[in-house]
Amino acid sequence: MSTRIKDRLLYIIICAISFITLGILVWIMAYIITKGLPYISWEFLTTDYRGDREGILPSIVTTLYLIIISLSISTPIGIGTAIYLVEYSKPGKTIDVIRFAIVTLAGIPSIIYGLFGYMFFVIALNYGNSFLAGGMTISIMVLPTIIRTTEEALKAVPKSFREGSLALGATKLTTIIKIVLPSAIPGILAAIILSIGRIVGETAVLIFTLGTATGFPTSIMDSARTLSVHLYMLAKEGLSFEQAFATATVLLIITAFINFISSKIALNIKRFAMGSKN
Amino acid sequence: MQLNITKDMLNKKNLKKIGKKVFEKIVENIFLLFACISVICVALIIFYIFTKGSPAIFKIGLGHFLFGTKWAPTQGIYGILPMIVGSIYGTIGAVIVGTTIGLFTAIFMAEISPPWMVKIFRPAIQLLAGIPSVIYGFFGLLVIVPIIHKFYGGGGNSLLAVIIILSIMILPTLISISEISLRSVPKEYKEGSLALGATHIQTIFKVMIPAAKSGILTSIVLAAGRAMGETMAVILVAGNSPIMPTSLISRVRTLTANVAFEMSYASGLHREALFATGVVLFIFIMILNIVLNFIIKKAGASVK
Amino acid sequence: MKSDLQKIHTQNLDLFYGDTQALKDVSISLEEKKVTAFIGPSGCGKSTFLKTLNRMNDLVDNVKISGKVFLDNLNIYEKYDIVELRKRVGMVFQKPNPFPMSIYDNIAYGPRVHGIKSKSILNEIVEKSLKNAALWDEVKDRLKQNALGLSGGQQQRLCIARVLAVEPEVVLMDEPTSALDPLSTLKIEDLINELKKNYTIIIVTHNMQQAGRISDKTAFFLLGEIVEYGSTDKIFSVPEDKRTEDYITGRFG
Repeated sequence: MSTRIKDRLLYIIICAISFITLGILVWIMAYIITKGLPYISWEFLTTDYRGDREGILPSIVTTLYLIIISLSISTPIGIGTAIYLVEYSKPGKTIDVIRFAIVTLAGIPSIIYGLFGYMFFVIALNYGNSFLAGGMTISIMVLPTIIRTTEEALKAVPKSFREGSLALGATKLTTIIKIVLPSAIPGILAAIILSIGRIVGETAVLIFTLGTATGFPTSIMDSARTLSVHLYMLAKEGLSFEQAFATATVLLIITAFINFISSKIALNIKRFAMGSKN
Repeated sequence: MQLNITKDMLNKKNLKKIGKKVFEKIVENIFLLFACISVICVALIIFYIFTKGSPAIFKIGLGHFLFGTKWAPTQGIYGILPMIVGSIYGTIGAVIVGTTIGLFTAIFMAEISPPWMVKIFRPAIQLLAGIPSVIYGFFGLLVIVPIIHKFYGGGGNSLLAVIIILSIMILPTLISISEISLRSVPKEYKEGSLALGATHIQTIFKVMIPAAKSGILTSIVLAAGRAMGETMAVILVAGNSPIMPTSLISRVRTLTANVAFEMSYASGLHREALFATGVVLFIFIMILNIVLNFIIKKAGASVK
Repeated sequence: MKSDLQKIHTQNLDLFYGDTQALKDVSISLEEKKVTAFIGPSGCGKSTFLKTLNRMNDLVDNVKISGKVFLDNLNIYEKYDIVELRKRVGMVFQKPNPFPMSIYDNIAYGPRVHGIKSKSILNEIVEKSLKNAALWDEVKDRLKQNALGLSGGQQQRLCIARVLAVEPEVVLMDEPTSALDPLSTLKIEDLINELKKNYTIIIVTHNMQQAGRISDKTAFFLLGEIVEYGSTDKIFSVPEDKRTEDYITGRFG
């Protein structure tokens, strides 16, 4: 009898807590969007942040620039590393060191990246607060994400594809370029999308490296603020919560959109993996 | 005669082949070079953090720095014990709250909920993982902090606010990894237990959770790392007073907040002390990483 | 032994995976434009041996090979470029493994890799190879469709066509019909009979009837050694070795 009551109770607790989890998400989303949406206007999205203008266009542009700069550095390096790890490496000391480095990079919190970027790129290399310093630091930060996701994608390519190509007399490199990489494209895309998500959401690194300047960026040596940094500055200054809510809403919409795309890609990968089984 | 011709042809072909082989080797080495960039980055990061951070520790004195309870840069006093304690309390609190909620949610998703509901939960949790930390901080600042103020007074910026925000932020890590490890428990275990007359709930708590132990532990350590390293969300809700927290509603400052909060105006020894705070944080994170590696290795060995 | 007929021969071939010996002192001479079948129980080394003939074992870590393998009297482990070797000695795998691209691109893959760019030559090769693999009539209207949409039997014939497209001299087949239904199996067997006019075919099979139906010569492997090798008729009717007889009559394996 008592077992049954205990079971029932636990069952109810499990369900209740799960819905609390879901509720938290809904709460955060609903709170920010209902408060922020009324303040979003065409003007807000398309003007700069100066004088009495309160627009976020410079921050949108900055975010885009930063994504492009960081990914054009980290994507080739990350894919190259993943190819080496999956296709070439043999068990041994070298590989252990590389793997340990990647795990360590993944575990370093962003404030440490910020501190490092500040000491190394901003001060030691004298880049100042700039896209160059921010982009370099962010590239290192997203490197583990790109490497691991690409690695998974490469590993998911059936061995039989490689054997088939090699048995036809194709070289290893040809096989990688013509057979393995095309099959792994959805996974590599997923890696890029995940990295974009991290770049959009990052704050701590950028305050130290890219800085918080409000104008439109004109060169790679300029300081600027991304949407997340803008939101942080608005929240910290506490001057205009309307703008903060509106900025947060834009950020949330972008995040949701990125999530939507990456889950679509993940679905494709699943289908591909299943289709190639027979 | 015929032999000569074939030999000539072979030579020409050979040259081309050798060229191709050299090219392949070069490309392989380029990939290796790329792979080494991660190693170089880690080495650079460790080198810079430690060389810039350790001088201050020697100047201040290791004991004074680590165990000093007063942080007053204007008077030249640099003790970070309040921040160490703040970080540890915040992390432990968040892990306790987060693990409770996260594990129950994972159980729900893996064992109880109908498939259609999993299809709602999973993207929701992915979304939770994708929300920028500054938005959590903003939400905490405008919602959680006022609620705490209403019930307990004191402004609301507090250790409790930090714990609440951090536990929400680490939920996705806890839930997704625990769910995966619960799902990968062999069906035979579950069937065996049910066949002995155990109820579903008993089976979950007595058989499946112990079997998924290493995955759940992994998620907890990863989550602890995330909580300890979080900066922006914490700054916005913590109150940031460098004092020893005495209760859940005390204002606190974490190690991360200490670095980020004063960096913009610090100089001289003060700035070096902030770098040194980074060293301490880094060491805490490395310890968590080593624990994590240990768990994963142990789990791998038990599978074999 | 008439040496002009021999296409591939091996001398004292030993192969180790780490510490385990998978092939012991294998010496055999395989004849040109004949079908040779390798039979034997699972794990007897017949597939491993097949893979030494185009050096696919090089892909496996920890493999040590000693002894000699000659293709047209040249040792493939010394004198040969591995790419050249695999072009001349093609391989069909146990499970059909078409690439995730169109039927056309699957066939054209090999020729393209080996430097043929002309569209018209490629078209010709694709058509000829598919015809040789008895697949042309079934797929000629949908060459641009994804090869993964074909049935298992069609996929395997596509893989055979893909091998033929690089104009090999020898075709190795590693249990090519074990993943197929009886009807598809029959089609592949007919195809093998047709192909042996132009190609040297070496096939590993678990299916004794299949070996009997399609091969001219048969080698029986046991525990990494060749127990008996001779004309298929003789092996199946009057085997010399007691172990061969036991295996063929189904007393073990």
